[in-house]
Amino acid sequence: MDKVGLFLCTGCEIGAAINTENIEELAKERGAKFFANHPCLCSEEGINLIHNAVENDGLNGLCIAACSHREKTEEFRVNPLKISMERVCLREQVAWTHKPNDEDTQMLAEDLLKMGLARIAKNELPAASQETIDRTVLVVGAGLAGLQAARAAAGMGHPVVLVEKQAKLGGYLNRVKTLVPEKPPYDSPHPNNLADIVAEVEDHKTIKIFKGSKIKSIQGQPGQFDVVVQTASGEENFKAGAVIQATGAKPYDADKLSHLGYGKSPRVITSHELEDLMSQGGLKTPLPGRVVFIQCAGSRDEKHLRYCSGECCATTLKQVATLHASHPQVECAVMYRDFRAPGQLEHFYASVQEKTGCMFTRGEVESVETLDGDKLRIQMQNSLLGEQVSLEADMVVLATGMVPVSADGEAIRELQDARVRINKNESATQVEEAKKIEAKNIHHEGTEILNLHYRQGPDMPVLSYSFPDSHYICFPYETRRTGIYAAGTLRAPMDAAQASEDGWGAAMKAVQCIEANTHGMAVHPRAGDTSIASFFLQRCTQCKRCTEECPFGTLNEDKKGTPEYFPLRCRRCGICLGACPERIISFPEYSVDSVASMIKAIEVPEEDEEKPRMIALLCENDAIPALDQAAGRRMQWNPWIRIIPVRCLGAVNTVWIADSLSRGIDGVILIGCKSGDDYQCHYIRGSELAKTRMTNVQETLDRLTLESERVQVHELSHNEFHRIPELLDAFAETIEQVGPNPYKGF
Amino acid sequence: MNATAKHPLLVVGAGIAGVTAAIEAAEAGREVILLESEPSIGGRVVRNFQYFPKLCPPTCGMEINIKRIERNPRIRVLTQTQVTKASADAQGWQVTLTRKPQYINDNCTACGECEKVCTTKVPDPVNLGLSQVPAARLYHKDAWPKQYVLDKAACPQSDLDAVAGACKYNAVDLNAQPTEETLAVSAVVVATGWKPYPLQNLTNLGAGKLSDVISNAHMERLAVKAGPTAGKILRPSDGQPPKKVAFVQCAGSRDVNHLPYCSGVCCLASLKQATYVREQIPESEVTIYYIDRRTPGRNEDLLLKVAGMEGVKMIKGKVGAIETQNNSLKLKVEDVEAGKLIEADADLVVLATGMVPNLKDDMKVFDLPKDSDGFGLDNPDKKIFVAGVTRRPEDVAASVRDATGAAAKACVAQGSQGGL
Repeated sequence: MDKVGLFLCTGCEIGAAINTENIEELAKERGAKFFANHPCLCSEEGINLIHNAVENDGLNGLCIAACSHREKTEEFRVNPLKISMERVCLREQVAWTHKPNDEDTQMLAEDLLKMGLARIAKNELPAASQETIDRTVLVVGAGLAGLQAARAAAGMGHPVVLVEKQAKLGGYLNRVKTLVPEKPPYDSPHPNNLADIVAEVEDHKTIKIFKGSKIKSIQGQPGQFDVVVQTASGEENFKAGAVIQATGAKPYDADKLSHLGYGKSPRVITSHELEDLMSQGGLKTPLPGRVVFIQCAGSRDEKHLRYCSGECCATTLKQVATLHASHPQVECAVMYRDFRAPGQLEHFYASVQEKTGCMFTRGEVESVETLDGDKLRIQMQNSLLGEQVSLEADMVVLATGMVPVSADGEAIRELQDARVRINKNESATQVEEAKKIEAKNIHHEGTEILNLHYRQGPDMPVLSYSFPDSHYICFPYETRRTGIYAAGTLRAPMDAAQASEDGWGAAMKAVQCIEANTHGMAVHPRAGDTSIASFFLQRCTQCKRCTEECPFGTLNEDKKGTPEYFPLRCRRCGICLGACPERIISFPEYSVDSVASMIKAIEVPEEDEEKPRMIALLCENDAIPALDQAAGRRMQWNPWIRIIPVRCLGAVNTVWIADSLSRGIDGVILIGCKSGDDYQCHYIRGSELAKTRMTNVQETLDRLTLESERVQVHELSHNEFHRIPELLDAFAETIEQVGPNPYKGF
Repeated sequence: MNATAKHPLLVVGAGIAGVTAAIEAAEAGREVILLESEPSIGGRVVRNFQYFPKLCPPTCGMEINIKRIERNPRIRVLTQTQVTKASADAQGWQVTLTRKPQYINDNCTACGECEKVCTTKVPDPVNLGLSQVPAARLYHKDAWPKQYVLDKAACPQSDLDAVAGACKYNAVDLNAQPTEETLAVSAVVVATGWKPYPLQNLTNLGAGKLSDVISNAHMERLAVKAGPTAGKILRPSDGQPPKKVAFVQCAGSRDVNHLPYCSGVCCLASLKQATYVREQIPESEVTIYYIDRRTPGRNEDLLLKVAGMEGVKMIKGKVGAIETQNNSLKLKVEDVEAGKLIEADADLVVLATGMVPNLKDDMKVFDLPKDSDGFGLDNPDKKIFVAGVTRRPEDVAASVRDATGAAAKACVAQGSQGGL
């Protein structure tokens, strides 16, 4: 920005901690066109001061030197399309955490001001979006979750296209006559009202339905997806704004449960097969004398499904209740490990126990053997009845869990890439390597569902147990593909009532994405961000790091490997900016150049002044809030450290570290969110990528014969404020021990 | 666009469910009013140390939600506000919102000067009354809006004068009055959450009498850095770290004399808290007494993790009584697997108590249909929907799911509106 005003707040101890007399001079020297200070900048008077200066002096950049950027956001709000704003944190990072009127404190404050002014000078205004957005919601899969999603999106005024692989809508619930209770008094099975929902969806004027159809391809980006559906009679082409994948789950493959007698005796069936029997008129004669239900058949089992499907216990209750109602003479027994009927279903559990005389017994079922005649023998251990128990039955029902019908987009892509290498046949070792990858992934062949034209693969990446969601506690619908949301048993095991809610929720997200796109705004987690990245492609070397490392598959590649940016897929995390060795990727208010200019603005004292300088690159999502918390408690830390907030540790370009060290800065510490299986990174891979990149930085340090301790990466949780001073002080101490950067003064 | 679309949606309660419902609808272009009776949003989740099963801090997700609220001009958040009157009509609801006096208003910069001079101390509701805080304070350190509160009734005039005198920002208004506004809203989402089942009802378990018998909510506060012990797990009786910790599952749950239902989260909460104890006190022994370990879905990972931890035992058994004996606690347990009564020692007992929906005794103004346990049901005809634990006992992930769904239902009830 070229017309920048610096507004200095002297309230909240800032004025008492630093000498503000020469700040105006500093501001003017560093290019500010306007300077003002105020004892309470967030007051009405202070805000008016800012607005008047914008109007009278035509400012397009505001440097607000006051509290943390997380405070008083409403008061300091500006139109981001017209005015760029930079917050310089003099309260939490200076006045509250350092010795007042101290030389080091003053130098810290002045450096932060210079850094803020340097950065805003480089900032640019985001251009208002001009994209044409289609409001259609595409729902893939017409089970209960998909049907509810279609109803909900249509109800919110959006055209809907519903694509179902089967000839009939309804999915798994077509097999089911009744459901577990959903309404008080929760004591008996609930009628399956699927037919009513199907009828409503089929009659809905704005829901277009393709049955017996599959997605042939989805190209483009949210708001503008080009969808091709393969129907029985041909192809249908249309545009869609957002996608809900509700492809459901399938029962765990019971053929793998031969130890439980499945496949060995026709009298051992799965709970799903029992549903079929019940909806087709009940048990066949001669009726079994005793039916034993075995819970967790292939679930909570290292050899099969490790997780619990959460609904099988309640389904068994329903089956026992139904069986008892139609055939009271049949004796029922349930063998379980932990009986899981959470919430109000406890009432159902109590009712079934009371009314049916069913025996519930806890234990681990080891085997089901077929005896002579029509009998089955169940062996159980660790039971309440004794260490080894055997029980005879005429029929066994295996309560099997559910497996999501997802496709592993990343694995399919690996497979495709391996095949390309095999076909190129460039070198024997390469082909051999590629063949190994092909063999590893071959079972994914033909599993494609969405057929996305994304460089990172034709379907969403999956996480643990093949569920395609990305933040299942706080943001359960989020996935790693923008504008594509997972719903129902695809994203987590759940019962019908939950899948129904899930359809509604996913529709909310899809509609939201379309609304955001219409206004050129990013979706979660930087919802409302109007900036997009720019790529200076003349300097691109086709290294493909940006396309590979984007957690959201934002970039495709052309034939030469040049990235093709799809702004509506972009979450603005800046991980591509961190990845790019040519430094050609920029956001209007976050660029390699703008942060580099901040680093350049730091005054680096001569070696003999014995004042080391260190930079802390802190993730704005967790580390900066933790720092604000520490500051709120007036914790203190080393004043030689200059803090630069970053969008994500993945949005750190290693050139900043090289720049810092070559300028004589003695060390760089990076603090970001937790990585690993239970990652806390809001961009999934940011902190993990940062760690990988830092190994390369360590190699650079070795080459420059600089000590490896000068660059450190740490992980921190949002609530670990106490670790901020610990980490910063320990780092400063290490740097003091290592000694001054030999490049100082070069 | 229909006529009702001009009226905002009302979300009552700003815990994780209410915050989610409000922000999800607002980001889809709807005007939303989000009410909270406490001075800060975040409800119960921000009082917890970690979420299961990932063992991550609740404030991390809340940080993003707060940013979303701050960036979104379509949400109006009213704290310390309740619905005092409501009547349904064809367009939605007419509601009267009553806001408690804001003795410290939004001029507040959270500078802390008033807190320094305030000598009156009050029990800290965020810490379940386990510690004292100044009457003028930030409700808790992560509070949003970041605006101080003043417990005026607790303060002598001298303190009130000092607090008013310390403020340089014209934020203290000792004469503030309750305010009331009546407005039309097009649909309502009720997400008023829950409270823990009262410990004092569990007399057979020593609750309320034995100071080292605590609730799971209390345990969370012991683990939180901002809690009464600065994050140290200590016995309330003597301030020493416990060596033997017992978790009693279904304390007052799945029990017709108390709560007849299962709250669905207490098993996981105890497993999570077992990790707090084991990580902090390496020599500790943890025993979990349970009826059924209920860890559905991917939560099973946490059960496996804790079951595999050294120093953790799980016993299927119902704890019938807890008594004191020589400065320690004695538990009488029916060990179901061994088929006998056993006695076990512990020096700290955590009762895994369940959730009681606030709706049970509250929110009568909306006349919502409820089940026998006090959980609410949607009433689409009246354009009112329930979310989170108002609807059923459930964990955070499920609350977020249901709240997002409730937002969609409210938007549909409001009618198609379109456009930010």
